[in-house]
Amino acid sequence: MHDVLVIGGGNAALCAALMAREAGASVLLLEGSPREWRGGNSQHTRNLRCMHDAPQDVLVDAYPEEEFWQDLLTVTGGATDEALARLVIRASSTCRPWMVRHGVRFQPSLSGALHTARTNAFFMGGGKALVNAYYRSAEQVGVQIRYDAQVNELELRDGRFVAAHVSNERIEARTCVLAAGGFESNREWLREAWGVNELGEYPADNFLIRGTRFNTGVLLRFMMSAGADMVGDPTQAHMVAIDARAPLYDGGICTRIDCVSLGVVVNRDAERFYDEGEDFWPKRYAIWGRLVAQQPGQIAYSIIDAKAVGRFMPPVFPGTTANTLPELAVALKLDETRFMQTMNAYNAACRPGTFDHTALDNCATVGLTPAKTHWARPLDTPPFFGYALRPGVTFTYLGLRVDETTAVQFGGRPSPNLFVAGEMMAGNVLGKGYTAGVGMSIGTAFGRIAGTQAARAAKERARA
Amino acid sequence: MPEKLLTANEAEVDRVLAICNACRYCEGFCAVFPAMTRRLEFAKADINYLANLCHNCGACLHACQYAPPHEFAVNVPQAMAKVRRETYAEFAWPAALGSLYKRNGLTLSLALAVGLALFLILAMATTGSLWRVVPGSFYAIFPHNLMVAVFAPVFLFAILALGIGVRGFWRQEHAGPVSGAAAGEATHNVLRLKYLDGGHGEGCNDEDDRFTLARRRLHHLTFYGFLLCFAATCVATVYHYFLSWPAPYAYASVPKVLGIAGGIGLVVGTIGLFWLNLRRHPLHQDISQRTMDRGFIALLFLAAASGLVLMLVKSTAALPLVLCVHLGSVMALFLTLPYGKFAHGIYRSAALLKWAIERRQPSRLQLSED
Repeated sequence: MHDVLVIGGGNAALCAALMAREAGASVLLLEGSPREWRGGNSQHTRNLRCMHDAPQDVLVDAYPEEEFWQDLLTVTGGATDEALARLVIRASSTCRPWMVRHGVRFQPSLSGALHTARTNAFFMGGGKALVNAYYRSAEQVGVQIRYDAQVNELELRDGRFVAAHVSNERIEARTCVLAAGGFESNREWLREAWGVNELGEYPADNFLIRGTRFNTGVLLRFMMSAGADMVGDPTQAHMVAIDARAPLYDGGICTRIDCVSLGVVVNRDAERFYDEGEDFWPKRYAIWGRLVAQQPGQIAYSIIDAKAVGRFMPPVFPGTTANTLPELAVALKLDETRFMQTMNAYNAACRPGTFDHTALDNCATVGLTPAKTHWARPLDTPPFFGYALRPGVTFTYLGLRVDETTAVQFGGRPSPNLFVAGEMMAGNVLGKGYTAGVGMSIGTAFGRIAGTQAARAAKERARA
Repeated sequence: MPEKLLTANEAEVDRVLAICNACRYCEGFCAVFPAMTRRLEFAKADINYLANLCHNCGACLHACQYAPPHEFAVNVPQAMAKVRRETYAEFAWPAALGSLYKRNGLTLSLALAVGLALFLILAMATTGSLWRVVPGSFYAIFPHNLMVAVFAPVFLFAILALGIGVRGFWRQEHAGPVSGAAAGEATHNVLRLKYLDGGHGEGCNDEDDRFTLARRRLHHLTFYGFLLCFAATCVATVYHYFLSWPAPYAYASVPKVLGIAGGIGLVVGTIGLFWLNLRRHPLHQDISQRTMDRGFIALLFLAAASGLVLMLVKSTAALPLVLCVHLGSVMALFLTLPYGKFAHGIYRSAALLKWAIERRQPSRLQLSED
């Protein structure tokens, strides 16, 4: 019998497995996916949000605890747990040497992401390179790894973990860490959570999944029905507006459309619905998935003109192109008359100013609802481009309630040997909203704690 | 929209780079991705340049979230490798011989080696014995002037053909004036094989996602071994013509020391590279080029190993036969220099120089912070 069973194969699971093994426990890790898809959503990540009080290798300047905390407080609108959040923040300042020991390599911010040079340490090669490094290290230190090993249920006795079931196989262990991800790829569950809108539509039917196809929330659902204490709202998720042509699953980073703030966005009725220039795009991209989800048909169109070309990250698919705005409306299958009304009203409302995409400039609309408060320039230079947008879900926030030990709780009572990390509990810190790289900070911090706790509990249990 | 007129392999690079350019996770590995981010579109010249800048280290394949089995099926090293061979063929001079790249490289190399060795053996057979102790130097079998007359034109032709080829590649898209700093950096990157270091100094990938310096080191042995052998020949030429000091030379002489060191480097390096090539992850490679790759490695090995053996059997009856094998393989190597794997070093060096020039120029793009 193994000391520690880790269920899941992404960043949090690997951190837990490595820490447990380093603490002397025998560890079995069950990754539900085949080997070539291992790593869950971590394979799509690229950086870790890090607190630091002085410049640190790839991080410039300082990002003190208080500033990190305020950023988190702002994006979550208070839907967070301060004690757990501060634990994550502090852990993010000390975990990197350990990560490096296990083969993770860091690099300065990528081109096109320079705003994160201070706050985020980028993984060289991205999240899949990190995942590969952790798996290599895990194999080297003797963590047993099994792929294609999806756990469908657990055996629990009075809040204590007894065994996990993989198909017809029963796997016992002294302790267990759950790190099997959210439920973003469970279409039925998303449909149920989002329900029907006032138009009679099931919005979730039009969502695309940026994350792994293997996060179907089987264990999350099981734990709910087993009476574990839950946290979070099932409609809350990391949700970005992505190219409507993106694949149904695993679209990852490249499907993002980054030209929103340089033009206007209209819905299916060719009407604008939100201030495209409210703030810098890095601070706003994460709200646009939800904004599009709230539009009829869950679709929207980002419209730019030639002036924007070369000023934003190149999109993965070419845009719909036209030499006039009416032609663009036709090409996008939008009502031409209404589209032109919207565009003419916008163009007429643009107040002359000094365009500066690197600052909150003074190019704003006057007398337009909704206003565009920055970077508002008339769309008047052909060719014109249109990109259809859909909501893209990266991961869901509904999770298991925990305290700082990461123990799963039943009616407020922590389990003695069942722990949870990663997306399955990120909602404790991240009730809504997002700030770049914090998912990996949460996964790393609690993954490491869960592994340590599980190893400790296993030792106590072996002694008992 | 500029007309692209891409080949199927170039179109695949174009497709893949559109995905890479929207992702950029691999920027730290090598020069290809930073060069890519300076572009929004990839014309034929861009694709040819980037393909030759790629060192086929494999890091970006193992790190790629869009690699097969993902439906995007992104495989940068393989796509680049396919285009690289097309560029060698396209810029080859004379153009008609470009098709030699498309044929089985191993067959070509070995056929030439065997053919030439055979020719030499036949020549020997008509003039004497292939198995006898020859007093004095090699020149007793093949006079010095004969060897010069045979090898010099072939070697000069190889340099000319490669020079004209790489000139075409260089002119496809003008990179800008060469500064001293750019030339120095490119030279450094060529001599150090900078872009086989993975960006973190731990090397490249071979059979899996593990990083290793093996390929870089073995390539160094091969490359510097080749250079030492070349240097040995140059020194011997100077001795011969300017100091009137003809071969044979003693073991402690400069040509011998250089030649022995170079020969050993080549033998060890090529054996190692061949071994790595056998173990290499199949997705890194364009499998159809394996014969070209392995044929070149085999030919280098044969030339180096026969050269070392030659030295050992100098006073035995095996000398004439070994000499024929050695000269035959060297001749085959020279003949195929402009139409085989050797070209990669020339085109990649040119691409590295282009990159060293380009990265000193301001970007034409004004990307906002995503």
